[in-house]
Amino acid sequence: MYNATKALLAACLLAAVSCVWSAGNLIFCSEGSPSGFDPGQYLTGTDFDASAETVFNRLVQFQRGSTLIEPGLATAWSVSPDGLVYTFTLRPGVRFHTTSYFRPTRDFNADDVVFTFQRMLDSNNAFRRAYPTDFPYFNDLGLKDNIASVEKIDPLTVRFTLHAIDAAFLQDLAMSFASIQSAEYANQLLKQGKPQQINALPVGTGPFVFKRYQKDTLIRFVGNKQYWKPGEVKLDNLIFAITPDASVRYQKLLAGECQISAYPRPGDLALMQADPQLHVMSLPGFNVGYLAYNVLHSPLDKLAVRQALDMSINRRVILKAIYQGAGQIAVNPMPPTQWAYNATLKNAPYDVARAKALLIKAGYPDGFNLTLWAMPVQRPYNPNARLMAEMIQSDWARIGVRARIMSFEWGEYIKRAKAGEHDALLIGWNGDNADPDNWLGSLFSCEAMNGNNFSKWCYPPFEDLIQSAKRTTDIALRTRDYMKAQEIIKAQVVVSPIAHSTFNVPVSRRVVGFKISPFGLNSFYGVSVKP
Amino acid sequence: MLSFILRRIGLLVPSILGVTLLAFSLIRLVPGDPVEVMVGERALDPVMHAEALHRLGLDRAFYVQYADYLGQLAHGDLGQSLVTHDSIRDEFTTLFPATLELALAAMLFAMCFGLLAGVIAAVRRGSWLDQSLMGLSLTGFSMPAFWLGLLLIMLFSVRLGWTPVSGRIDLMFDIPPRTGFMLIDSWMAEQADPANNAGAFRDAALHLVLPAVTLGTIPMAVIARMTRSSMLEVLQEDYVLCARARGFSPARVIWVHALRNALIPVLTVIGLQVGTLMGGAVLTETIFSWPGIGKWLIDAILRRDYPVVQSGILMIALIVILVNFMVDVLYGIVNPRIRHVR
Amino acid sequence: MTLRTVRSCTDTTIIEGVSPILSFWRDFRANKGAVTGLGFLLAMALAAIFAPWVAPYSPIDQFRDAMLTPPSWARGGSMRFVLGTDEIGRDLLSRLIHGGRLSLLIGLSAVLMSMIPGVALGLLAAFFPKGAGPVIMRVMDVMMALPALLLAIAIVAVLGPGLFNTIIAIAVVSIPGYVRLVRASAVSELSRDYVSAARMSGAGTLRLMFVTVLPNCLAPLIVHATLNFSTAILDAAALGFLGMGVQPPAAEWGSMLSSARDYIDRAWWVVTLPGVTILLSVLSINLIGDGVRDALDPKLKHTTS
Repeated sequence: MYNATKALLAACLLAAVSCVWSAGNLIFCSEGSPSGFDPGQYLTGTDFDASAETVFNRLVQFQRGSTLIEPGLATAWSVSPDGLVYTFTLRPGVRFHTTSYFRPTRDFNADDVVFTFQRMLDSNNAFRRAYPTDFPYFNDLGLKDNIASVEKIDPLTVRFTLHAIDAAFLQDLAMSFASIQSAEYANQLLKQGKPQQINALPVGTGPFVFKRYQKDTLIRFVGNKQYWKPGEVKLDNLIFAITPDASVRYQKLLAGECQISAYPRPGDLALMQADPQLHVMSLPGFNVGYLAYNVLHSPLDKLAVRQALDMSINRRVILKAIYQGAGQIAVNPMPPTQWAYNATLKNAPYDVARAKALLIKAGYPDGFNLTLWAMPVQRPYNPNARLMAEMIQSDWARIGVRARIMSFEWGEYIKRAKAGEHDALLIGWNGDNADPDNWLGSLFSCEAMNGNNFSKWCYPPFEDLIQSAKRTTDIALRTRDYMKAQEIIKAQVVVSPIAHSTFNVPVSRRVVGFKISPFGLNSFYGVSVKP
Repeated sequence: MLSFILRRIGLLVPSILGVTLLAFSLIRLVPGDPVEVMVGERALDPVMHAEALHRLGLDRAFYVQYADYLGQLAHGDLGQSLVTHDSIRDEFTTLFPATLELALAAMLFAMCFGLLAGVIAAVRRGSWLDQSLMGLSLTGFSMPAFWLGLLLIMLFSVRLGWTPVSGRIDLMFDIPPRTGFMLIDSWMAEQADPANNAGAFRDAALHLVLPAVTLGTIPMAVIARMTRSSMLEVLQEDYVLCARARGFSPARVIWVHALRNALIPVLTVIGLQVGTLMGGAVLTETIFSWPGIGKWLIDAILRRDYPVVQSGILMIALIVILVNFMVDVLYGIVNPRIRHVR
Repeated sequence: MTLRTVRSCTDTTIIEGVSPILSFWRDFRANKGAVTGLGFLLAMALAAIFAPWVAPYSPIDQFRDAMLTPPSWARGGSMRFVLGTDEIGRDLLSRLIHGGRLSLLIGLSAVLMSMIPGVALGLLAAFFPKGAGPVIMRVMDVMMALPALLLAIAIVAVLGPGLFNTIIAIAVVSIPGYVRLVRASAVSELSRDYVSAARMSGAGTLRLMFVTVLPNCLAPLIVHATLNFSTAILDAAALGFLGMGVQPPAAEWGSMLSSARDYIDRAWWVVTLPGVTILLSVLSINLIGDGVRDALDPKLKHTTS
């Protein structure tokens, strides 16, 4: 009897504890392990979800669920008339995290901003010399070459001076890599002789405080009770359960072992949508998967040939089979949600007969051979490139074009693709900062010929348009130029855009307030869990 | 005896050196370098690329890098990951216990059921029991392990709900990683804090079941077959006949007299299975999201994380070599004849 | 307690003798499992050789109107596609039959490409225990120290994916097994009298190797080869599963499993059927291997059950 009472009491206690425990706790099934917790060094959503979106803030930030900018660690900013000087007023009273490895003695101020950017800008920066790393995003977006200086005007004012107008500068500062680090923490690490700890034990101002990372298993965060926007921290504990297998993520979601899951399999979506315990949030992905034609390789240098190939691809069936409905057919090399998207353009109608006629007129009555490259790994814009290549191969066989599918391991694939070894290449792009130049400039400029201009296409009229659009901040002018630029790409069939994949996030019905991000990032501030 | 052991140790050194050279060269032969892989579709600034390669020391001549690496090893420094900048020794000691725990559990499963099946099959040679046991083990031996894992998950985790889907333990338990062995750590945590961690050990054990069975199926089949054929040979020896004639119970004859001698070749097989386990762990770890070194190494190869590949492969090879060495020595102790064979 | 029964005196084989091949076949035939395996393997080989005529459709034809059709016996299936179709509408039965070609080809090539150098190296190691022998064995030790799958993955990463490179990777990984086996076998044969006799009568090293010693090592070699064959098929499937094996649109069983993983809940046949096919093929080869070993092993020949 006595034992039974004891057991009952223990059970009640346990139940009470677990009730309280689960009230403010969220488990997120993530798709991979972060490479580190220093956002400046990395490129992928997996890394940013685990660091930038939890532990850190930026000067300006994207509104949750949107591509619009809102104040972050900067409350206000002004731009000089010539567009070259940005002055930011910083938010007072913001505290860095107190952890077992760091205790701040002061609030956030301009020193931290200056340190963060000097570290990325100046290879002679003391911290950088002690812990040398690369900052690929910072470099790739042109900030390294374009930022002339970052100066502290007073403890709550910072000034950036640029060399040339960059219409997307503010947008760039809202991106994850521009997360603000603590200069005090960096100095402490430098003195202790272990600067690389900044990548293992992060300190920021963000809504969640880093607690522990168990490699390849889980990341533990606790809610930041001193966050400068207290209403946004509604969770006591936030746990990332690292689950690389998509079917396992689904099973954990079903079992209640996590409440939000990353990257569901397209095939599971129908089941998830029918499940009353789950709610699948979707947003058109900020990406595009496309087929690039290497215009330097014959016969792809002929417009008629490219047109023929383009109009014989059955996009509708590809969307059904590969994306399994989780996508939309792409017309331009940027998604419809991007401002300056040219909605007047259309894909050429699927017409095998006309394609054949075009080929005959172009001098290829018996078709020709070419290589069709497909990536071996899943990308956000293309769930199964090899399968897609098989379908396209079959499509092209109907007009007499014999495609040989080639694939390499991802690292080798990308290296050879940039070197232009391919004829036709399946590839894609994720938007970084919601600026049109991020699509048209990054992918089609003459400057990118040796890089990710996979069509190896350099066309002066197009180049002039995008360069002039970049050098002004007048939205109307830019829109006009970008519209024209898209017309050129469409007319010349530089690429065949295939599809934009839909970004889906299955969420348990107990979760309240989760907003899906156009950039494919997962943020958990402003989110709570019903018991 | 001592010279035998010393000779064997002497043979180890060139093997280990050979392994370092193999791992070192193999990963550098794979096209693409870590910077290119990390940047992916994005543009790669050639200046930054050259700077990064220089900083990582990857633009030096092959033999210079190799000599450097050997020097590092001599100091016990396994190097730093190019991607996470963590000490490789730390990463290895965090992840390896998970693989070891899985491998040991798989080995335990394989040995228990394998030996049992082999002995029963040998004793009941020709009966339906023998045929079905051997048929079962042959089937287990013939199927792709990753397929078996997927089927097991579908049946036991999804349909029946008896076992959890993946991972080492329910994340509700905050188990401080003291030894790295989840069974031990969860036991200790349960003792230390019974209120919050009740049921942790049982949970950890349940998580271990399916992966261990998946990984251990092939070794079990091999051990079962080996035991059976070895027992069959032994059961015909004169001393067994003699033992029977002396009136010992059949059970005693089997377990005490016959099995001991039958185990000798089985020992060698068990030692060889270590290599299979390490390799099989890669696929099992992928399917069950088991955070071990298998997946770590594959990721490192794909990301061209040279130091991780070099040192990780070295560590695995060391373990395999060590186990084989111990088996060799054990075999030499047990079977004096082979000590003097060149 | 069982006593061994003695062969009756009416058995004249002891006097007349029986050709070893016939004796082998008789013992092999008695093993029902081995015979079943042989039968299945022959059927598979025939189907593979005559695949273009046996398979109802081409393995790369996509029937866009019939994607993910269940097998004919399940609900929603039809006799048009006996085993159903895959995710882009290709007939599963045809792909499995053509996949058999690839798997058998991979198995055979890998075995040949590893057996020939493996035997040569093993014999060398046995015949030159002072010079080449230790070097060869150390290199083999190094190769065996690495788990086979990891080594194969690394080799394929270096060479690039593709059918031929997959075969090379699997072959390279299998060589040490042969070397060890042949060396051990040859070493024990070398101490026998007949070898000393042959040496004394002036036989050269090459002749000694291939004519005198090797034939007596054949038994374990053949058994190992059948094991190697089945392991090669499994390794190819594993590499295909990891995306590093044969390239599309070739229908290799492991690659079929890999892309089918996404459909495990909705279309079980795309996952199960290739796996079952791999299982049955490998099983039949192993049964044959067992039968060969049992038939060749003199110790188990004349005991009763």
